[in-house]
Amino acid sequence: MNNGGIKKMVDSIGLPRLIITGFFIILLIAAAPLGLSIPALLGDCIRRWGMYGILVLAMVPAVQCGIGLNFGISLGIVSGLLGALVTIEMKIANPWAAMFLAMAIGTVLASLIGIGYGFLLNRLKGSEMTVSTYVGFSIIAFMNIMWLSLPFKSGEIIWPLGGQGMRNTINLASSFGEVLNNTAGFYIGSDLFIPTGLIIFFLLMCLVVYLFMRSKIGMAMSSAGANPAFARSTGINVDKMRILGTAVSTALAAIGIITYAQSYGFLQLYNAPLMMGFHCVAAVLIGGATVSRAKISHVLIGTFLFQGILAVALPVVNKILPESNLSDIIRIIISNGIILYALSKTKGGRGSE
Amino acid sequence: MNNNSVKDRILTTLGNNKVVVLFVLLCIAAIWASGSPLTFVGGELFTRIGRNGFTVLALLIPVLAGMGLNFGITIGAVAAQFAMFWVIYWGFTGLSGWLLALVLATPIAMFLGYLVGALFNRMKGSEMIAGLVLGYFADGIYQFIFLFVIGGIIPMSEASGMIINGGVGVKNTIDLTGNLKYALDNVSMLNLALVAFIVAIVVAIARVVLASRKGEKPNYKQSLILAVVAVVLYALTYVPAIEHFLAADRLRLMNAVMIALAAVVIKQLIDIVVFKLGKAKRDYKVKKSIALIIVCAIFYALTYIPAIEQVLMWVSIPVATYLAIVALCFFNSWLLRTRLGQDMRTVGQSRTVANAAGINVDRTRIIAMVLSTVLACWGQLIYLQNIGTFSTYGAHTQVGQFAIAALLVGGASVRKATNKQAIIGVILFHTLFIVAPQAGKELFNNAQLGEYFRVFVAYGVIAVSLAMHAWKTIPKKKEEEKTEETTETPAITEA
Repeated sequence: MNNGGIKKMVDSIGLPRLIITGFFIILLIAAAPLGLSIPALLGDCIRRWGMYGILVLAMVPAVQCGIGLNFGISLGIVSGLLGALVTIEMKIANPWAAMFLAMAIGTVLASLIGIGYGFLLNRLKGSEMTVSTYVGFSIIAFMNIMWLSLPFKSGEIIWPLGGQGMRNTINLASSFGEVLNNTAGFYIGSDLFIPTGLIIFFLLMCLVVYLFMRSKIGMAMSSAGANPAFARSTGINVDKMRILGTAVSTALAAIGIITYAQSYGFLQLYNAPLMMGFHCVAAVLIGGATVSRAKISHVLIGTFLFQGILAVALPVVNKILPESNLSDIIRIIISNGIILYALSKTKGGRGSE
Repeated sequence: MNNNSVKDRILTTLGNNKVVVLFVLLCIAAIWASGSPLTFVGGELFTRIGRNGFTVLALLIPVLAGMGLNFGITIGAVAAQFAMFWVIYWGFTGLSGWLLALVLATPIAMFLGYLVGALFNRMKGSEMIAGLVLGYFADGIYQFIFLFVIGGIIPMSEASGMIINGGVGVKNTIDLTGNLKYALDNVSMLNLALVAFIVAIVVAIARVVLASRKGEKPNYKQSLILAVVAVVLYALTYVPAIEHFLAADRLRLMNAVMIALAAVVIKQLIDIVVFKLGKAKRDYKVKKSIALIIVCAIFYALTYIPAIEQVLMWVSIPVATYLAIVALCFFNSWLLRTRLGQDMRTVGQSRTVANAAGINVDRTRIIAMVLSTVLACWGQLIYLQNIGTFSTYGAHTQVGQFAIAALLVGGASVRKATNKQAIIGVILFHTLFIVAPQAGKELFNNAQLGEYFRVFVAYGVIAVSLAMHAWKTIPKKKEEEKTEETTETPAITEA
């Protein structure tokens, strides 16, 4: 084998992906002599893969339609949270009904917001990412005010005596907590739990998005993102396609946060989703996406690697250095490092002039 | 001048300053709603101007160079905190300790600023999002160093009380009381006068020496006048009454206002006299000077309004810190008049034109980032010595966010920011910060609501301003698209 061949291989996989895969494997190898159960760690990786997957999937239509990495999925996330809150307020006993109703409400809300957001982004071509980051932050801050003042009554949602507004974390045990995870979930050996329902739902959503991207309208959307001038000349309404992509992305984020919450067992309000956009962006980039191109495979690989590292790093690091938050630091460095790397790979020189 | 045009002019002025007007109204409403006494708001406000003003002013240079709002000032803050940690660990105190931190932090900030500039040159047009992400990234590295490298790799003594029990990592908060708290704020005016005296003498001598080195005939007369004035002024500080006044480190706001007003009036009077002697610059207008003197008189009259008088008598400001801020304002406007400043402006307006004019675009941009990072670093040192507790993992996280929000509230944009906007912005943004929780409590019986509201304002104002900027540049872009495609190529290959 000559050096050229190795270089070609590195190029095709991508250096960052290679480094991160290596890191992941090293962590796994380090886990065994520390007395950690590898199957349990793998089970955790798989659970987190399904848990975060749909949120990361929301990046695909956004990137493909040309608005770039959607740091503004917080808009979809708060819609999903609102949907979930409404179902809890309605006290629906059947977990499936509760979850799908929450998703339905969340999706409708998110689509409407997404359409408006798409109109905004159409006016801001070229600076979508900067603006969407701050729109995302603003909506979280705005919803903080809302969480304090919306008139929800259920005892599950609001603070008990004395407090004002809603709780920071809301238990979903009486609603749709872990409904997907436990569906047909089974153990391999004693430690490796496979949350079948969650994985199937995640893959199903991937398939839906895949089919959507392959449909006529999805293809039109991708070409609008890849080459707006060409798309316009073939009669595609580029602005409309960008709005569609933004709306789909936002709606997926709403579904994603509900999937996340059911797996976690709690609904997290206030500042919890503030940086979620960054993590999703980082995951899809680790999977090999760029600012202008993202595929389902990038989502599948990227989410697994990113969440896998976090899932494995936490117990490993805690064994080596107890009570440290090194895994948190690893997350910060990896997620922001990969975003910087991706930004530096985009063509410089275009922009605000 | 008829009424109509006056009305028009007022309307356009208001229209151009929509953001400022909006926030002035918001601030007035919030102060009124909170019911906080004006003396409290005033006192807090002037503390916060001293604390944060410098950092906000550090944002101006990158805007000039067309790099937008520098979210990367977090990097400067990180450098400051790194240096400060070691200075406290080694046991230095007071002004000398603070200056040592400054000396240590500056080269680090310069180096990091260089790296940031080089990185930004690889992603022209996405500097803001890159700066934001870079800030988070730097935070990760910083945490890694402070939690693991310090103590984990570099052995540390636990006796300092700054290390987490067990010897690895730095504690969450470091108390600055007794070491660096008020290190700069507490510098007395007498000491400042001494420093000014020494600087003036050194300048006077240096001028003569430099001129004779170059082989020119030194301007002895000018240097002598400078030295004599310095000596006379410094001698004045030995007059007991003046000495007593200057021995303090805080200046009552009332006195500060009087001194400022007097300074403006004297300056204008000198200008008028020079004009009468026929030696004035060409574009000088007597009308303007007289108008300024009248404005000063009005301000003076205003100080007799009881409410204002009360605030002015109540509040006192740390002189050294405020002088640093004023000096930075002068530095920013001085820079504009230098060759470098002009280059930056050209680069900011169009990299293509700058490149064609023979300006090294990448180098100019890197210099802008180095300056901004170093200034932000000093700003963070000022901030920490004033606030008095060094929150190891939190002090730098919001620096960029809040400074930028303050600048934007003052009416600045991504393309244009001035000293005036920075100062107005700091005043308005921090007024809102001071009164929002109390206003939330009074209006909705919930202080938390006010707190969320001010965070929302910080994020919201950035979002709106960025969106408005992008919105405005789109039509322009469409017109220029064709020429840009062809002419921008050199700038890209340069990168």
